[in-house]
Amino acid sequence: MLRFALQRLFSLAISLVVASLVIFFVIEVIPGDPAAYMLGMNAQPETVAALRRELGLDAGPFARYLAWVGGMLVGDFGTSYTYRVPVSELVLARLGVSLPLTLYALLLSTAIAFPVGLIAAARRGSGLDAGIMGATQLGIAIPNFWFAMLLVLVFAISLQWFSAGGFPGWDKGFWINIKALTLPAVALALPQASILARVMRSAVIETLGQDYIRTARAKGLSQRQSVLRHALRNALIPVLTIIGLQFSFLLAGAIIIENVFFLPGLGRLIFQAITQRDLIVVESVVMLLVFAVILVTFLVDMAYAAADPRLRRRGA
Amino acid sequence: MSLIRVENLSLDIHGTPILRDVSFDIAPGRVFGLVGESGSGKSMTSLALMKLLPDGATRAGRALMDGRDLFGLDEGAMCGLRGNEIGMIFQEPMTALNPVRTIGDQVAETLVIHGAARRAEALEIARAKLDRVGLDGARFPLDRYPHELSGGQRQRVCIAMAIALRPRLLIADEPTTALDVTTQAQILDLLRGLVAEEGMSLLLITHDLAVVAGLADHVAVMQSGRIVEQGPTEALFRRRAHPYTRALFAASAHRPARVPTARPDTLLEVAGLRRSYALPRRTLFGPAPRMEAVRGVSFALHKGESLGLVGESGCGKSTLTRAILGLEAVQAGHIRLQGQTPISPKMPKPARAAMQVVFQDPYGSFNPRWPVARLVAEPFHLLPEWPKDARARVEQALCDVGLTAPDADKYIHEFSGGQRQRIAIARALINRPDLIVLDEAVSALDVRVRAQILDLLARLQESHGLGYLFISHDLHVVRAITDRVMVMRAGEIVEHGPTEAVFADPAHPYTRELIAATPVIPPAWMEEPRNAPVV
Repeated sequence: MLRFALQRLFSLAISLVVASLVIFFVIEVIPGDPAAYMLGMNAQPETVAALRRELGLDAGPFARYLAWVGGMLVGDFGTSYTYRVPVSELVLARLGVSLPLTLYALLLSTAIAFPVGLIAAARRGSGLDAGIMGATQLGIAIPNFWFAMLLVLVFAISLQWFSAGGFPGWDKGFWINIKALTLPAVALALPQASILARVMRSAVIETLGQDYIRTARAKGLSQRQSVLRHALRNALIPVLTIIGLQFSFLLAGAIIIENVFFLPGLGRLIFQAITQRDLIVVESVVMLLVFAVILVTFLVDMAYAAADPRLRRRGA
Repeated sequence: MSLIRVENLSLDIHGTPILRDVSFDIAPGRVFGLVGESGSGKSMTSLALMKLLPDGATRAGRALMDGRDLFGLDEGAMCGLRGNEIGMIFQEPMTALNPVRTIGDQVAETLVIHGAARRAEALEIARAKLDRVGLDGARFPLDRYPHELSGGQRQRVCIAMAIALRPRLLIADEPTTALDVTTQAQILDLLRGLVAEEGMSLLLITHDLAVVAGLADHVAVMQSGRIVEQGPTEALFRRRAHPYTRALFAASAHRPARVPTARPDTLLEVAGLRRSYALPRRTLFGPAPRMEAVRGVSFALHKGESLGLVGESGCGKSTLTRAILGLEAVQAGHIRLQGQTPISPKMPKPARAAMQVVFQDPYGSFNPRWPVARLVAEPFHLLPEWPKDARARVEQALCDVGLTAPDADKYIHEFSGGQRQRIAIARALINRPDLIVLDEAVSALDVRVRAQILDLLARLQESHGLGYLFISHDLHVVRAITDRVMVMRAGEIVEHGPTEAVFADPAHPYTRELIAATPVIPPAWMEEPRNAPVV
């Protein structure tokens, strides 16, 4: 198990280096000079050149790459061209919204999908199963911004249980922020839960057809016991894969929902940074997302190994 | 006094009749054998007793155990009965265990689920049961996972699981069919010992008459959902009253009439062949250990000769076969067909046309979306150009294997397993090869179909002057169809010689072990029945 973890960590490190190279040089070839953009149309060439020097843009690409990576390693992500504040501060503040929102949505979607998928699988072919399948189809089909607006109309405007948007900030207390994140998390969780429930259902159904389920039944386990004791853990591998993908997607893919609820999240930050040619922010956020994806992949790999002994190597 | 009495069991699944009026008695402490070909309803009979039938099954009749009708019990009562009073083991030990839970856990579960013991105590009993089935604690601790065990060892775990609560009836559905012959002998010994010691009854389901002969007190022969004949084993074997029983016996002992066609010229030459695989590294930067699958194999196959290759799983015969087919690169040695270009994965296409192969699985080796004509014509792409008379040659090949020309326009799902194997042989024949490699080509077939295919192979060898490399784990079949035989073990040929000589007087201890482990029907039982009714 330890060796398996070390191997995975090693490949994780290599992926990070490759990703950082790709991100840096791709952004390098994108047209647009941040200094010229910051100073506006009528800037003097000397002023632009001075700003380029100040921003460190006049150095060679490799020197800048090394400076960028070296900075990141000590937590210095550089200074935003437009906001004129350290990128790390900017990203950290946004992460304080996006990360809890992602975890909240993921928690909701898993909490809904597991029982729903299991019940549908256990009652395969029944009316309940058909109903669940129809509902999840709908859940996938409905655009989440529309569902978000519905939530606002019902729970914020009519019932006034939640505010329609905004984020108070963590210094204002825990629950008030959780409350503010609830509607967006529900809006994000709905399609994810629908997908996850369907994956769960088909994974459990496949497992139920396996020989070892028949063995379990021959031992005297009831249908329910054989699902819970034998099918569930074997069905987890595809489900874990989807959860891992969903985490990465939600972390930066919540931009529309962030806009609907006026949340200062990562998605909005990266969108603004791109339109303003704030390349250093783009690079840093993208790198951060890559890191998150790779880290989640690592965690999912570890979860695979925990779920399935065949992936661990004995005596290593 | 019987332990279980089945009366007029009939079964339909979605309206298709599966079983009709099946009745039998199993006495306490006795072994009851149920034999028949695939699809005869043997497994469904056992699943009906366990009430583990697939959806859409409707059942009639009674199954009495202690005067209780099992078919009248509700699901809760059946859960209390399964694993407790009736244990069951299945054919596929490789997939019968849950891969993510330890063997100790799975054996103990039988006890825990029936409330017979708490977990700690259940694990102790599980240890004792695993010891009983021959898995000692030093080599097989309870925290082993199924994937760390071989097929035979997994079947032992399944048996431990099934007998953990000392059920009065053990149902074994083809328990040794997926196992090697030496492992089969050990598992049958174990079952025999358990019946004697624990005083339980055994319902043994198998297609193998020899296995039944060695183990069962009573036998029932099943055909298309009915029991056509039953009685004490020896008496039934000697009498063979029903024509179907006689046909089964004849087929299982069948040896095709063969005319020797071997000529002195060498067709296939294998010299000093070695092939090893890299195993996963033990340490992070250390050298990867290697597994030698084939270590220095040399032999020659003559034109028109039939050469057998026998060995158990993992002995290297599949690797050797792949190398001979030019599908696998080798580290040392060479293979030549008719003294021409050495065979290798890079060999030119036309060179491949002289050698064709028939595999074991008649279901998996065809593209289901192609008509038979296209399937059979596929080897033509090895030729420099597509023959103009392709269709005629396909039809001729189909006729050669006992099918008809119109079959060329059908699809593969329209054929039975035996017919599919004929199509596979037609495909192998289409380019008029000199050598056909038969890789377990009759192993998946029922005995009567197997006998027909063996006849076909003997006939084709005579008419086409074919050389056969016949790879099988089944000694009986190899004896029936080959001129010479090689015995392979751990990557080496340990014995070779004329087939009859090797079987009659095996020189190597391993060959002797293989022959001794192969179940046989006592020859005295097989003498012609004296008072069989005329049919």
